[in-house]
Amino acid sequence: MTRNGPVALFFHTLVVLFMLAPLVIVCLVAFTPENTLSLPTRGLSLRWFEAVFHHPDFVQSFWNSLWLALLSATLAVALAVPASLAITRWEFPGRGFLNGLFLSPLIIPHLVLGVAMLRLFALVGATGSFGWLVAAHIVIVTPYVMRLLIAAITGFDRSVEHAAYSLGASEATVFRRVTLPMILPGVTGGWLIAFINSFDELTMSIFITSPSTVTLPVRMYMYATESIDPMMAAVSAIIIGITVVAVLLLDRVYGLDRILVGQK
Amino acid sequence: MEATGPGARRSTPLILSAPAALLFASLILTPLLLTALLSFNEFEHATGRTHGFTVGHYLAVLTDEYYLEIFLRTFRVAALATAICVIVGVPEAYILSRMRNPWRSVFLLVVLAPLLVSVVVRAFGWSMLLGPEGPINAALVALGIGRVRMLYTEWTVIVALVHVMLPFMIIPVWTSLQKLDPAVEQAALSFGASRATAIVRVVAPQILPGILSGSLIVFGLSASAFAIPGLLGGRRLKMVATVVYDQYLSDLNWPMGATVAVLLLAANLVVMLTYHRVVEGHYRRRLG
Amino acid sequence: MSFLELRDITKRYGTLNAVSDVTLSVEKGEFVSLLGPSGCGKTTTLQMIAGFVDVTAGSIRLDGRDITHAKANSRGLGIVFQSYALFPHMTVYDNVSFGLEMQRVPKSDRKDRVEEALGLVHLSAYAGRYPRELSGGQRQRVALARAIVIRPPVLLLDEPLSNLDAKLREAMQFELRDIQRKVGTTTVMVTHDQAEAFSISDRVVVMEAGRITQIDEPYRIYEHPETEFISRFVGKTNMLPGTVQTVNGGYASVSLAGVPVEVEAPGVALGETLTLCIRPEKLRLAGAGQGRLPGRVSVRYFLGSQWLYHIDGPLGTLMAVTPNDGSAPLDVDMPVGIDWSPSVVRVHRGVMAEAPDPALEAE
Repeated sequence: MTRNGPVALFFHTLVVLFMLAPLVIVCLVAFTPENTLSLPTRGLSLRWFEAVFHHPDFVQSFWNSLWLALLSATLAVALAVPASLAITRWEFPGRGFLNGLFLSPLIIPHLVLGVAMLRLFALVGATGSFGWLVAAHIVIVTPYVMRLLIAAITGFDRSVEHAAYSLGASEATVFRRVTLPMILPGVTGGWLIAFINSFDELTMSIFITSPSTVTLPVRMYMYATESIDPMMAAVSAIIIGITVVAVLLLDRVYGLDRILVGQK
Repeated sequence: MEATGPGARRSTPLILSAPAALLFASLILTPLLLTALLSFNEFEHATGRTHGFTVGHYLAVLTDEYYLEIFLRTFRVAALATAICVIVGVPEAYILSRMRNPWRSVFLLVVLAPLLVSVVVRAFGWSMLLGPEGPINAALVALGIGRVRMLYTEWTVIVALVHVMLPFMIIPVWTSLQKLDPAVEQAALSFGASRATAIVRVVAPQILPGILSGSLIVFGLSASAFAIPGLLGGRRLKMVATVVYDQYLSDLNWPMGATVAVLLLAANLVVMLTYHRVVEGHYRRRLG
Repeated sequence: MSFLELRDITKRYGTLNAVSDVTLSVEKGEFVSLLGPSGCGKTTTLQMIAGFVDVTAGSIRLDGRDITHAKANSRGLGIVFQSYALFPHMTVYDNVSFGLEMQRVPKSDRKDRVEEALGLVHLSAYAGRYPRELSGGQRQRVALARAIVIRPPVLLLDEPLSNLDAKLREAMQFELRDIQRKVGTTTVMVTHDQAEAFSISDRVVVMEAGRITQIDEPYRIYEHPETEFISRFVGKTNMLPGTVQTVNGGYASVSLAGVPVEVEAPGVALGETLTLCIRPEKLRLAGAGQGRLPGRVSVRYFLGSQWLYHIDGPLGTLMAVTPNDGSAPLDVDMPVGIDWSPSVVRVHRGVMAEAPDPALEAE
């Protein structure tokens, strides 16, 4: 294998700096003791983190987002496991259509989904309902889960299931003892990626949240369009922290490159 | 192999996919249909009521200079962001693919993981970097050039979009590079091709589908991006997504907002489907 | 009545017959191999016995019981899969114990039986490992232990050795047969490797295009192939076309490019075209001017225990194999005489096409 030359490595360094710069500056500014957005030149301070925890709107939005992400990721997995099995293992009329439908939230702009759901929720009187918000989030995170599950099920050696049947296991036992454990990395990986996507979602949520169900990204967007102070940086740093934890977990259970880049 | 013995009943797949299918039908198909219908409703500014049938909103959007400018700006910004993503992302993917582990995994993580950080956070980061008190302006002042107003310009939006979209370009290119047999490039070199010739004649054609699919995703997402233009474009630099937002949540003119949204969706789908038919079909045949 | 009986079983996919009218009786304790090239229907036949593929027509009886349409999980057969199909998330112990658990064998008995099975395949020390921590040969033995621990009436082996490298494959062949003898389980094995089939089976079933063409003991299949296909698929053969010159009782004199050869060929007519088949190891190479045909060494290959020569002569190129007895081999271009004893010649009526190398066709 040939090595990268100095020009290539210089280019690479610039790209890495470009990718990290906005995240790094956010984390630095979050520790400023000043009242303005500035780098902490006179020591570090946690005052803006404290400010976040004493800001009831942010705290409430944080819990909203957390519950929303937990619920929608879990329910998305519960829906995606049987649906992925159906799509990968059976040939049936409407299979192609269903496959396209399940993956369609990936190509429909979230903005369009947001206004479309707003219309539906207004008509059925569900505006501001947390339950419907969860349902909307399930729809947008399910495709991520399905992509991983379909890859996991497609790469699955069916003879392992046949072996279990031949040893006398019932269908339910085979699923519980063999199929599920074998696709478990796909399931947990899918759950985590769904959680992250739901937790981060802004564009659709901004249309369908009410003051009591506002999520953290929506709250931050609202706040940032009005005033900018270091508290935003502190919230952002917290989100970056949560994301880093989730990413490391994801890397442990499934392999990040496999999720982002697909299976080799 | 056929699904035999266990669970060979015809209804099984339908039962398994029914819950998800119901949810998607009621939360994707129904709302989209309702929105399409809404875009043909008349809107009473005085009362905010919607009723009747009109194609007026479409005529207004397609003839009004205000909207045309916004559509034009949106596509210009998206096209430029896509072009920069190609120029930066393709070489970067190639460089990454030539790295050795553990560097390869580490830098892949560094370059791709920002994808998972909320876009609001990233937009905020850019507004600080490029703001009047930010480190870039500080450096410019220190160099004696003086402050430059960078926020609320098209270029700021483009730079931030490139930051958000770059992973979407790197991923498909990386994927097609992974499928590439490294011996093929070595074979070209062994026949006396120069490094540049080997890249242009042997590597590039094989990763072209990856570049095209990356461009498509980047263009589609950029054209409908909301948070970046919303936070970095400000009130004056309107793009399609922010106009829809204003129509819905400030002007409360839902039919007009629906019209713009439908047009955006249609443009997106046309680009996607054209790509699928023309490009994918062509390359599937050639490259399997 | 045989222990396992397939009667006229047929598998149709749409208009395609994957398996046609296969009838086979396997005795208790017997080791039978289904041998044939890929696509000949041997694996489909095995899967019908296992219950993974529905039988279109015909019946399967096991120990007098009709199991044609029984569910796979009620047949109680032991199966070793080509990919081994071990449960990757379970230890070796749990893999082997799974079938006993399904049969609701009490926990204490389970332990004894798993240990016994692991002992039989020499893996007692590996009980706590996961399949990914084992070598290919060890995985293969876990798969075998998992199949035999449930004391199945019939053991089904689907290309059990094809994922092992050549040396290990040979060792495992004998070990497999050894274990089968010890536990006495009736066994049906599918393979495309004739050496594997011949060395460990009591009887070999040759299949071609979904049909059985010959069922016999291994050496009889080799020495008395009943069809042209078998003589080509099983081992290498020299095929010499000739014309009948004289007929005398059950014997005929056949002219091979002008050289008369006496063969036992009852019922042939004067002037009829015959093909004489002679295995390469049955040709004897003598000094120039001796033997039945003259020839000249054109190529030689060293196979370790044997030498393979290509001999050019009046009948084209013949293959001859001689044991490596330690003396110097024949040189290329050396003139030789080719000889054989009349009893080794197999006669086929009509002309046979030039045999392609079966090894190239097998996979």
